[in-house]
Amino acid sequence: MTMTANTMPSSSTARRPFAWSSPLTYALALAVAAVSITPVVYVIVGGFRTTPQIVADPAGLPDPWVWDNYRRVLTQSNFWEQTFNSGVIALGTTLGVVLLGVSAAFVLARYTFRGREALFTFFTLGLLFPAGAAILPLYLMLRDLNLINSYYAVMLPQIAFQLPITIVILRPFLAAIPRELEDAAAIDGTGRIGFLWRIVLPLSRPAMVTVGILAFVASWNAFLLPLLVLGDASLHTLPLGVQNFSSQYTSDTAGILAFTSLAMLPALLFFTFAEKQIVGGLQGAVKG
Amino acid sequence: MTSTNPTLDLAGGATAPPAGRRPARRSPHRAAETRRKWYEIIGLTTPAVIVYVMFVLVPMGFAFYYSLFRWRGVGPPTDFVGFDNYVLAFQDPIFLDALRNNAIIVFGSLLIQGPVALGVALLLNRKFRGRTLFRLLAFVPYVLAEVTVGIMWKLLLSDAGTFNAFLEALGLGGLVQAWLADLDIVIWTLLFILTWKYVGFAIILLLAGLSNVPQELNEAAAIDGASWWQTQRHITLPLLGPTIRIWMFLSMIGSLQVFDIIWVTSVPAVRSLGASATMATYMVDNGFFARLWGYGNAVAVILFVISFVAALLFQRFLLRRDIQGAVTGRAK
Repeated sequence: MTMTANTMPSSSTARRPFAWSSPLTYALALAVAAVSITPVVYVIVGGFRTTPQIVADPAGLPDPWVWDNYRRVLTQSNFWEQTFNSGVIALGTTLGVVLLGVSAAFVLARYTFRGREALFTFFTLGLLFPAGAAILPLYLMLRDLNLINSYYAVMLPQIAFQLPITIVILRPFLAAIPRELEDAAAIDGTGRIGFLWRIVLPLSRPAMVTVGILAFVASWNAFLLPLLVLGDASLHTLPLGVQNFSSQYTSDTAGILAFTSLAMLPALLFFTFAEKQIVGGLQGAVKG
Repeated sequence: MTSTNPTLDLAGGATAPPAGRRPARRSPHRAAETRRKWYEIIGLTTPAVIVYVMFVLVPMGFAFYYSLFRWRGVGPPTDFVGFDNYVLAFQDPIFLDALRNNAIIVFGSLLIQGPVALGVALLLNRKFRGRTLFRLLAFVPYVLAEVTVGIMWKLLLSDAGTFNAFLEALGLGGLVQAWLADLDIVIWTLLFILTWKYVGFAIILLLAGLSNVPQELNEAAAIDGASWWQTQRHITLPLLGPTIRIWMFLSMIGSLQVFDIIWVTSVPAVRSLGASATMATYMVDNGFFARLWGYGNAVAVILFVISFVAALLFQRFLLRRDIQGAVTGRAK
């Protein structure tokens, strides 16, 4: 494991100081990629087979390729209804998290007042214990509030669960906005609220997008809370739909594979576009 | 209120250096300004505080209250039994199995995911063509919904499933197992699935941490003749310390409340025998589905207390410096 010395900034290869190990790097990276996506690819490809094909040869390729499973799922009104419900709930949750999170984090980052650190600790307390532990009394409370079987029964608790991490990520970001900008705004006669609106919000868009994405994905994937509070099948979200489908049509393996594939697609697409943003946004929170 | 707060700093922010004490002027203008500041603080934080208190903290309090009753969830609880529910839980072998399973998941996750994620993150932090694509692929399992992942592995690992067929094809037919139905191995199968799913989260955090490690340090070390491994060992790893500890913390809390994947992969019969139950599945099985609300809430409180104590210990001994850094948010 020696490194060659021909790595000095004489050419564009200077950006790759350890070129010696490229083949090894690729081999390892390929191995990692294979482990993470082979099962997923198998599920997606398996959706193009028929159940008898799968039973006869579980590890084979589709022969011939059949579109029928996917067509069946996509023509089911259930699937679209569940996608719609997931979308509404995830968007509502995201909006609530960003709105409440930014305003609280703004105060915690840019106001000096008695009890500020206490208030911050109060929110970070939520990181210290599993919010899931409160799910049973939460259900009872939502029942008493007559919110069971409504979008709110999922959105409000999700917003609450997501607030601690949101505030932890946003606060350093908002605090990093230079003091001079605030002073300049003050000289121009802008109050702090105006400063928040006109300067902080535009400047902190990357951080807001990060917390927004985290909230959206958490909501899109959530299972336990919807399972308990959405008894009404017409309100079911996609994860509940996947679970129902797989327990309802246990012998229809190909159908389950197709339904599962379609359910994972939005998350995959969404994440593909947002990956850079998430890693970037977390840098502030995990600063070394 | 202001009289006790000499550092009251109207234009203050967390980035401001500890402001010197300003002479407290008491002009009417200043008082109006102070009042307005408090209106803003209250106005901006109240919605978050209300939602957080109402949907996170208040239910936690109710869990404790309900846990003291024998209660089927109809009408107000009246049959006060004190701590009987707690005693019952610790006498139930299935709950003890659930505790053991949670311990396996907590330690198994830390011991397996940590080193693996560190290796992969160091690998994916190197500059090579196609790095972005490989990063995306490594994150795929983490993005997928727990339920999707669970159903997927349930199909792959079923008795006549692909994984066993794959083993047969390799001539390893002797290794074929009922991965999710064998009471002795199901928890290890689940640990494998959880590892596959969550190692990506550790990788994301570590990559974010790595991007904060100044490139110049590595380059300087390389110029001084340090090998790649020496550079990682002596420069990168120590700088990653805080990120690793934050990940350990989040992983621990997550492992204690794991529910979704266990719920959809393991057969209810296997779960109810304790082979794959966790505290969370046990809580939902008993509290929600069997409608033993008092008992279920006692389990919830136990889960809460265990997590909270673990979190406090962890924070006390390992995390304190990091949290202070992250929390006070001294901007770079």
